[in-house]
Amino acid sequence: MPKNTIGYAKADYEGVISTLCAGCGHDSISGAIVQACYEMAIEPHRVAKLSGIGCSSKTPNYFLNNSHGFNSVHGRMPSVATGANMANRDLIYLGVSGDGDTASIGMGQFVHAIRRNLNMLYIVMNNGCYGLTKGQDSATADQGSVSKSGSVNPFEGIDLPGMALELGATFVARSFSGDKTQLVPLIKAALSHKGFALIDVMSPCVTFNNNAGSTKSYDYVRDHIEALAEIGFVPEKEEITVSYETGTTVDVELHDGSVVHLQKLADGWDPRDRQAAMRRLQAAKTEGEILTGLLYIDPNSKDLHEVIKSDSRPLNSLKEEDLCPGSAILDLINEDFR
Amino acid sequence: MRNLTGINDLVVRFANVNGTGSASANNMFAMSIFRMGIPMTAKNIFPSNIQGLPTWYEVRVSEKGYLGRREGVDVLVCVNPQSMKQDIASVKSGGYFVYDNTKNLHKDFIRDDINYIGIPMIGICMRLYQDPRQRQLFKNMIYVGALAALLDIELEVVKGIIADEFAKKPKLIEPNVQAMMEGVKYVQDNYSYPLHVRVERRDLVGDSIVIDGNTACGLGAVYAGATVAGWYPITPSTSLVEAFAKYANKYRLDPETGLKKVAIVQAEDELAAFGMVLGASWNGARAFTATSGPGVSLMNEFLGLAYFAEIPAVLVDVQRGGPSTGMPTRTQQSDLLLAAYASHGDTKHVLLLPSTPTECFNLMADAFDLAERLQTPVIVMTDLDLGMNDHLTAPLKWDDSRRYDRGKVYTAQDLDDLTAVGKQFGRYLDVDGDGIPYRTIPATHPTKGSFFTRGTSHDEYARYTEDGVKNAEVLNRLLKKWDTAKEITPKPEFYQTENKSNVGVIFFGTTTYAALEAMDLLREEEGITLDAMRATAFPFHSSVEEFIAAHDQVFVIEQNRDAQFRTLLINELEVNPKKLIKILNYDGMPITAEAIRRQIAGVLATV
Ligand SMILES: Cc1ncc(C[n+]2csc(CCOP(=O)(O)OP(=O)(O)O)c2C)c(N)n1
Ligand code: SF4
Ligand SMILES: [Mg+2]
Repeated sequence: MPKNTIGYAKADYEGVISTLCAGCGHDSISGAIVQACYEMAIEPHRVAKLSGIGCSSKTPNYFLNNSHGFNSVHGRMPSVATGANMANRDLIYLGVSGDGDTASIGMGQFVHAIRRNLNMLYIVMNNGCYGLTKGQDSATADQGSVSKSGSVNPFEGIDLPGMALELGATFVARSFSGDKTQLVPLIKAALSHKGFALIDVMSPCVTFNNNAGSTKSYDYVRDHIEALAEIGFVPEKEEITVSYETGTTVDVELHDGSVVHLQKLADGWDPRDRQAAMRRLQAAKTEGEILTGLLYIDPNSKDLHEVIKSDSRPLNSLKEEDLCPGSAILDLINEDFR
Repeated sequence: MRNLTGINDLVVRFANVNGTGSASANNMFAMSIFRMGIPMTAKNIFPSNIQGLPTWYEVRVSEKGYLGRREGVDVLVCVNPQSMKQDIASVKSGGYFVYDNTKNLHKDFIRDDINYIGIPMIGICMRLYQDPRQRQLFKNMIYVGALAALLDIELEVVKGIIADEFAKKPKLIEPNVQAMMEGVKYVQDNYSYPLHVRVERRDLVGDSIVIDGNTACGLGAVYAGATVAGWYPITPSTSLVEAFAKYANKYRLDPETGLKKVAIVQAEDELAAFGMVLGASWNGARAFTATSGPGVSLMNEFLGLAYFAEIPAVLVDVQRGGPSTGMPTRTQQSDLLLAAYASHGDTKHVLLLPSTPTECFNLMADAFDLAERLQTPVIVMTDLDLGMNDHLTAPLKWDDSRRYDRGKVYTAQDLDDLTAVGKQFGRYLDVDGDGIPYRTIPATHPTKGSFFTRGTSHDEYARYTEDGVKNAEVLNRLLKKWDTAKEITPKPEFYQTENKSNVGVIFFGTTTYAALEAMDLLREEEGITLDAMRATAFPFHSSVEEFIAAHDQVFVIEQNRDAQFRTLLINELEVNPKKLIKILNYDGMPITAEAIRRQIAGVLATV
């Protein structure tokens, strides 16, 4: 069995057997996570995987068996991830959520995790419906999209990448569960990013939202997808060997020395321009295109620990000697209250 | 007219306008009493408002050391014309009404059974100061001076307090002393002083301190090694997290790097605040949050998760007047049932019930040990009176040899040792038979000890199960853990070495001050001696059951409408409800000894 540079086989990154419906997009995303972690040679136990509630939020059970997992409550994974990250800044935080979990009940927490630039990868497995409660429209369902029951969604859909850009997110990407060649490098880049990395992954629900008329079905997404650029991820200190015609590539170096490599940029796309990304998203929406790829990255982003100036060591490793001011100081404090 | 007389036994009430700087002047008055060695207690009675509405500050001076609120005002200092009518009405017959006589009092305001002492506070300020802000602030010092002369407070003590108050801005010391002396002088020139009610130096406070419970809780969390706090502002808990931040930022700062050994995040709401606590605790840090009733309501779902997934968490509920938004700036003990059984399904939580700031400090430190030992939320139940008012209390003490009890946590070595003897780690296995399993912290071992924390039904290995029998087993083990909690949480306090009466009294938290005073009143004035017990924790230790069993009748004194503590006793101990008699107060003001005495004596008289 082939092993990666730290001696782990791909199987070491897998989880228990999935209980999701056969063909569910979510399972493909789990596969992409396994692939990305294996290729990046991440030590599985250095990852903490967290989720809310939903079919999507069950998936952390189906990858990275050697990682601790936390399946929290509906829509509240961001706060749990925030606390976990505050306790130990050295782990990799991988959060998985659904479109219901994120864009409805959990919208507040999602927004605030972005605002704080929490250092984590946040994957939304976006199927435009509530899978686990049997297919109701979610807030990301497009206006006019037809559900399996035949009802037409009358409300405007929330575009999570667009909103994240607006909120100042420092890594924003969209992808499709059926496009591993794009998704795997995006996950790798997101895991290397220091700060909040959102990947909104179109992930069709085969049971409740894969019908004609749904804008989150496999067929519809495949027909309307428009990739911004092909993406490559080059880990820290590895040279970029392939050369491309000048003017057709952009390399973005991340804080850990790894490089995100984008090629075939038809229109000179640069993912470091937030406003351009917002304009592009708007334009794509008008034309009915689903824009995928790395929409925006701020390679110099500062995460929450840097902002609040917390200790460089994991706080959960500190002991009495580090934390307790002791009785002599308490005597002085008492004196202030006399 | 009869004049009130007495030494070191009086209530002085200040009627101020919110946001006019009166708080610091009033505090100087209270601290003068303390520094003269006389026990005192101070209560803020304030509106839910930032500026403009009436606010009161009440200082009870008690030679006997009674620290509860007392009914009846001996001296009222009126600096707020808005509330003058009710303030005049509140003065005890024979008492004193100190007011600003720059303008004459309307005749409607004249009562013939109280004494009026006019001090031209505005007049003096207009004469001495140009700047309107100065006029405002120095006006406060003028009444402090006038009171000092009227009540015979040692001027050197007041001057010392002013010097301490402005230690960082020494330029302000002299003008403040001068303003204070203007008040003194006016009294000396115009009245016979001191009054018949007055104070006199004693040596009764020992090494006590004067501190509020929120500050003490915040300090407790610092000493207990809390490193993560998520919180959302709400009266009356906000100052608790602020105190934690203040001391943690000061004593956990690396001066070279500017980095702090603490992470405090102001959350988007209380759900998130508690989610952060769970994430951090799960990841091996000590974490807490503080809130009041509305926040606990929001935290319910997470509290259930913490109970069922067995995640340590420390939560402080500084209770205020409910229901709903209720009386945000008044006190009650009305969140007991909410906290004890927070969240759906069969859940119950450990509560700690401090009654003084010193105990806030101690129980806060214990809360972290208990939460990690028991792997469950521990809720410290204080209230607005305890949290936001200054209390005379024993100095805070820390034993430097104390080690944090991090509970049952497997290390990498432990996990290897398990494998060596052919055993497998099971997150929810009851290895020791006390209902408390072993946990692992993320990243402990490359290949062992990982598990999936979930709020769904699970087996001993944290695997999802829909086997109802398995789920019932988990619920039963949690009950076993609950029994363990009864033994390791703080024991109740008994005020007699052996029972002397067939009637007992149970109280807890801030009700203690008034309850103990009421026991004295009943004994001294009615010849009734009762056995008393103060509860400090939920679930109840076996001695609580024994105390109730040993008495025919037990009064349960608490500050809520529905006798919630009594309900807990009935529910958990299966006590005959007839035996437990409610003594209640829920007007938002701290309960008084007189109210307790009245009610108990009334009940006993009818038997
Ligand atoms: C507080 C609460 N309300 C409602 C539910 C029921 N519920 C479970 S999953 C879910 C929606 C999940 O949708 P989504 O996040 O899109 O996940 P999907 O199943 O589509 O992957 C709902 C409403 C719940 N678990 N908790
Ligand atoms: S219901 Fe939909 S989302 Fe849920 S597992 Fe089945 S296909 Fe996936
Ligand atoms: Mg969904």
